[in-house]
Amino acid sequence: MAERLIEVSDLHVHFATEDGVVKAVDGVSFELQRGQVLGIVGESGSGKSVTAMTLLGLTRDKNTRFEGEVLYKGRDVLKMNEHELEDVRGNEMSMIFQDPMTSLNPVYTIGAQIREAIQIHERADKRVARARSVELLKQVGIPNAESRVDNYPHEFSGGMRQRAMIAMALACNPDVLIADEPTTALDVTIQAQIIELIDRLKDEFNSAVILITHDLGVVADVADEIVVMYAGRVVERAATRPLFYDPQHPYTWGLLGSIPRLDRPKQERLHSIKGTPPSLINAPAGCKFRPRCPHAFEKCKEEPSLENRVEEPGHLDRCWLSVEEKRRLRVPTLAGTEEAA
Amino acid sequence: MLAFIVRRLIGAVIVLIAVSFITYLIFVKIPGGDPAPRIAGRTATEANIADIREKLRLNEPFYDQYWGMMQSLFTGSLKSYSSQLDVVDQIKGGIPATVSLCVGAGIIWLSLGILVGLISAVTAGRWSDRVITILALIGISLPVFWLGLISRYFFAQGHPFSFLPDGEYVPITDNPWQWFVHLLLPWFVLAILFIGFYGRVLRSNILDTINEDYVRTAKAKGLPYRRVLVKHVLRNSLIPIVTLFGLDFAAVVGGSAILTETVFDLKGVGWYAAKAVQDLDLPPIMGVTIYATFFIVFFSVVVDLLYAWLDPRIRPT
Repeated sequence: MAERLIEVSDLHVHFATEDGVVKAVDGVSFELQRGQVLGIVGESGSGKSVTAMTLLGLTRDKNTRFEGEVLYKGRDVLKMNEHELEDVRGNEMSMIFQDPMTSLNPVYTIGAQIREAIQIHERADKRVARARSVELLKQVGIPNAESRVDNYPHEFSGGMRQRAMIAMALACNPDVLIADEPTTALDVTIQAQIIELIDRLKDEFNSAVILITHDLGVVADVADEIVVMYAGRVVERAATRPLFYDPQHPYTWGLLGSIPRLDRPKQERLHSIKGTPPSLINAPAGCKFRPRCPHAFEKCKEEPSLENRVEEPGHLDRCWLSVEEKRRLRVPTLAGTEEAA
Repeated sequence: MLAFIVRRLIGAVIVLIAVSFITYLIFVKIPGGDPAPRIAGRTATEANIADIREKLRLNEPFYDQYWGMMQSLFTGSLKSYSSQLDVVDQIKGGIPATVSLCVGAGIIWLSLGILVGLISAVTAGRWSDRVITILALIGISLPVFWLGLISRYFFAQGHPFSFLPDGEYVPITDNPWQWFVHLLLPWFVLAILFIGFYGRVLRSNILDTINEDYVRTAKAKGLPYRRVLVKHVLRNSLIPIVTLFGLDFAAVVGGSAILTETVFDLKGVGWYAAKAVQDLDLPPIMGVTIYATFFIVFFSVVVDLLYAWLDPRIRPT
């Protein structure tokens, strides 16, 4: 049995703002085993990034309230003090951010920024840390790593910067690598390379990965399990195959239907989910997806719980429709032939 | 790099010519600017005045006068109209006092400005930030002549206590301790305005920088808070402060510490400039103008070089 690294149970993250309390994450649970890739998928504002940052304690603020548990190897991250957190960050759990253009400090060399974490966590001297940085840059596929290590971020292209970010995140050989939309700011051709790189390095470094994205297509090949988030909640959670072949929640159908596909007849327009994600201050009562759901009915005014409704164990969803109805109703949406609304 | 310096040098010469010419033009056009009657005195006859005009070449076209004055300034033979003292010697004599005042005040305002900005940014919104903000605004608003006189009254003239000497400059070569205590009040009086101003600017720079993605990256690496703050936030927030400091420092060295020097009777370049303007004495005004312009131009080059050193993105490759 693989080692369980992360166990999030019933996590709530609420931000107090001038307009009211933003319930960015509202009851999220998942687990992560060593060697596993977990995909967290959802639109902007679904709470996926907040969830990820909370794993590292990066959402801590005087206006933030947490509930639930985030266990890392049995220790609750939410209860750690700043010093304990600093030991975990970058060392046992590390993070890759969305925009490599702004996520690197412009005034330090790439090498200096990779070195920093090594020097702090492993108390390595500068020469050792530098050699390690060069090694890491080679591993993430930067050519001429010996000389490029002394370049500044502006001398790197977007894809190379994201590789450098990955090298930085892997510098202390972390158990968990959290990648928050690592490919969103990159060219399509580079996206696949980066995802492949993360997947390969996960095995080399024997870690687990949480891959956050709004694009189900990105995680299809690499994720073992997928969590679909909507309005701060998990609406569907399943192993990757069942999620793609037997999706249960209308929101998941919408996400799947909006992926352009070459193996289907060409359509006039790509499928889109009508409307916008709800306000997280005054979320709709009942099912949060109800206002945008073409299949909503009376019962949806009450919120369904996240439970197993299909034959496949461990495949959870939050939808009142019967499994038969779902399998019938989803066909046009998945094929993208019908606008869902 | 060489091309950069040459380009800046050519630019500097053009600026010097333009500034001196405009100053000259303003002076000859202001009413009552004609120096001949003033030099001649109250009981002068027409013939006296005409004589002085002839001697000072005031009958020549103004561009010839300008050229003549520039020549004598750069050959060191320019004399004041009112005192007949050599202008270049007078400016040179004022430099030790002015530089002593400015270097000390500069060190104080830069270090305290950074400290104040850092503290108020880190505690943004809390009471310490509010207190500092109010103090900074008071500091910015206090007129130097008022603050100077008040501080002399309280700290140097025995009301209610006096532990500092009152006014005057003691050369550092004569007595370093006396040099220091004599300058202590002027340093702080000159620095206070800048401390408030730099603190405000740095505070807002820090608050902008602290939300940058790379600061989040630094935190995610597990760096201790203090290291994130100093190496990632402060380092980037200080870049604009360098420009400010370079230009402000150039301005005070260039004679814009007029008020402080006058209030504390420090016979520096600013004091000399103030006196020259009071007497409508053209040669020293021109001399001080050229001297001030030189410092501003010189320090703006220094600032550009520092900038390139601080920010790799603008380094010439």
